[in-house]
Amino acid sequence: MIFDINKIRADFPILSRKVNDNQLIYLDNGSTAQKPKVVIDAIENYYSNQNANIHRGVHTLSQEITVAYENARITVQKHLNAKHPYEIIFTKGTTDSINLVASSFGKKYISEGDEILISAMEHHSNILPWQQVCEEKGAILKVIPINEKGELIISEYKRLLSEKTKIVAITHISNTLGTINPVEEIIALAHVKNIPVLVDGAQAVSHTRVDVQLLSADFYVFSGHKLFGPTGVGILYGKEKWLNELPPYQVGGGVIKTVTFEKTEYADLPLKFEAGTPHIEGGIGLAAAIDYVNKIGFDSIATHEHELLIYATESLQKTEGVKIIGTAKNKASVISFVVEGLHPFDVGTILDQLGIAVRTGHHCTQPLMQFFGLQGTIRASFAFYNSKDEIDAFVKGLERAIKMLR
Amino acid sequence: MSIEETEQEIIDEFELFDDWMQRYEHLIDLGKSMPLIEEKFKTDDKLIKGCQSRVWMHSELKDSNVFFTAESDAIITKGMVALMIRVLSGHTPEEIIQTKLDFIETIGLTKHLSPTRSNGLLSMIKQMKLDAIAYSSKSES
Repeated sequence: MIFDINKIRADFPILSRKVNDNQLIYLDNGSTAQKPKVVIDAIENYYSNQNANIHRGVHTLSQEITVAYENARITVQKHLNAKHPYEIIFTKGTTDSINLVASSFGKKYISEGDEILISAMEHHSNILPWQQVCEEKGAILKVIPINEKGELIISEYKRLLSEKTKIVAITHISNTLGTINPVEEIIALAHVKNIPVLVDGAQAVSHTRVDVQLLSADFYVFSGHKLFGPTGVGILYGKEKWLNELPPYQVGGGVIKTVTFEKTEYADLPLKFEAGTPHIEGGIGLAAAIDYVNKIGFDSIATHEHELLIYATESLQKTEGVKIIGTAKNKASVISFVVEGLHPFDVGTILDQLGIAVRTGHHCTQPLMQFFGLQGTIRASFAFYNSKDEIDAFVKGLERAIKMLR
Repeated sequence: MSIEETEQEIIDEFELFDDWMQRYEHLIDLGKSMPLIEEKFKTDDKLIKGCQSRVWMHSELKDSNVFFTAESDAIITKGMVALMIRVLSGHTPEEIIQTKLDFIETIGLTKHLSPTRSNGLLSMIKQMKLDAIAYSSKSES
């Protein structure tokens, strides 16, 4: 398929709206991505024609939607190249997926004095669940340091991997810096010592096609809404052997084979981890989003986004007073920056008046901000539907904001 | 000048501007010209925690009136702080507790009060009122 930016933009209804009397320029894709019409239609169709509870009824609607939901699981499985559909667990999102693994893995495998290894660039969602397990079990949270450019120091990582390390939890792409971590190498190094690895793919899935078997990830997690799908749905991929080993996280309807007041026999994967009625239209919408991005193709997406990254980086470097935070060699289309003497909040407020949506603040990575000695940054994160024209408008808006605020 | 009169004065001032740009420029100017808080009051216990911009605020009771000084690391927030101080400082605790601060809506800055903005303005108004309540209950006892 030829990459036609105008045609692609037309697939996203929200991109044509105005904000504060200006054409919306949406550069906050790291927070959440916009939805193509096919996803919105899938959700509408679900409620108009398909709504019923899954895995329950004998009636036609229930059967139809069960098939559709399970097909959505297969779409995710194929997209990630997982070995089996039941290795795909539907969750509420990345945070929920990490909490599930931290809780269930922690319950069974973490004891006093054990170590859990994360990195200095983690989102709070990949810090707090582990911190809590450590507090409960008397385990120790160890942190892989980063260098000035915002890259992991791999020699330190090797040093930190020890007999005490029970699990490594690491982000694929930093939400704040855009750094793409060498997860394949990280996983291989951990596996030499038989340590499982969870990869937080929240920021990665919209930029690159992930192959969990190629990576050999033990757990790979992400949110639907960052992959152009609905909010409130996410994925936990886990290797079959791990998911079978882990105890259930939340229990209730749908997770059982038999229940008596004395004992419960739990269902097989994936239902063991899917208590309650799931976010059915979320799963359906996510599958529609995955089909959509695959039609465009991740090769085209990567090429376009890389062009945007280079173009925006060069433009920002020419802007007086701007300092880019996170200059890793291997970066996704995410740029964090500060403007000398100006507060990110002020810059974000003026940009918003111009219809330009960026993220400002600590991006839920306070330890990372402490490393750089900053209160916060301004972050522009690009998706494949962003254009060079938008970057021009953004940089022009930024210059205007700087002039006003100085 | 009463609280309502100051509010009206600010409304008149903002009506002179045609567009948001000028309104923000005015807010920025107000922020820049606001007298700074004494360094000794820029401590953690004077910090009103918003998500993004920080506001330090100090209040004192002099001759039954409350006087506020404040500062923020963000200039637009500082401009809004300056407006709040201009309206509320120098009034009795009761006057401060009772005022509704309708002028914020009239001058088109309401969106800065939405909780998601997290710029500390909402927390600051709350703190100013809490200080006033504290002074008022002290004088009663």
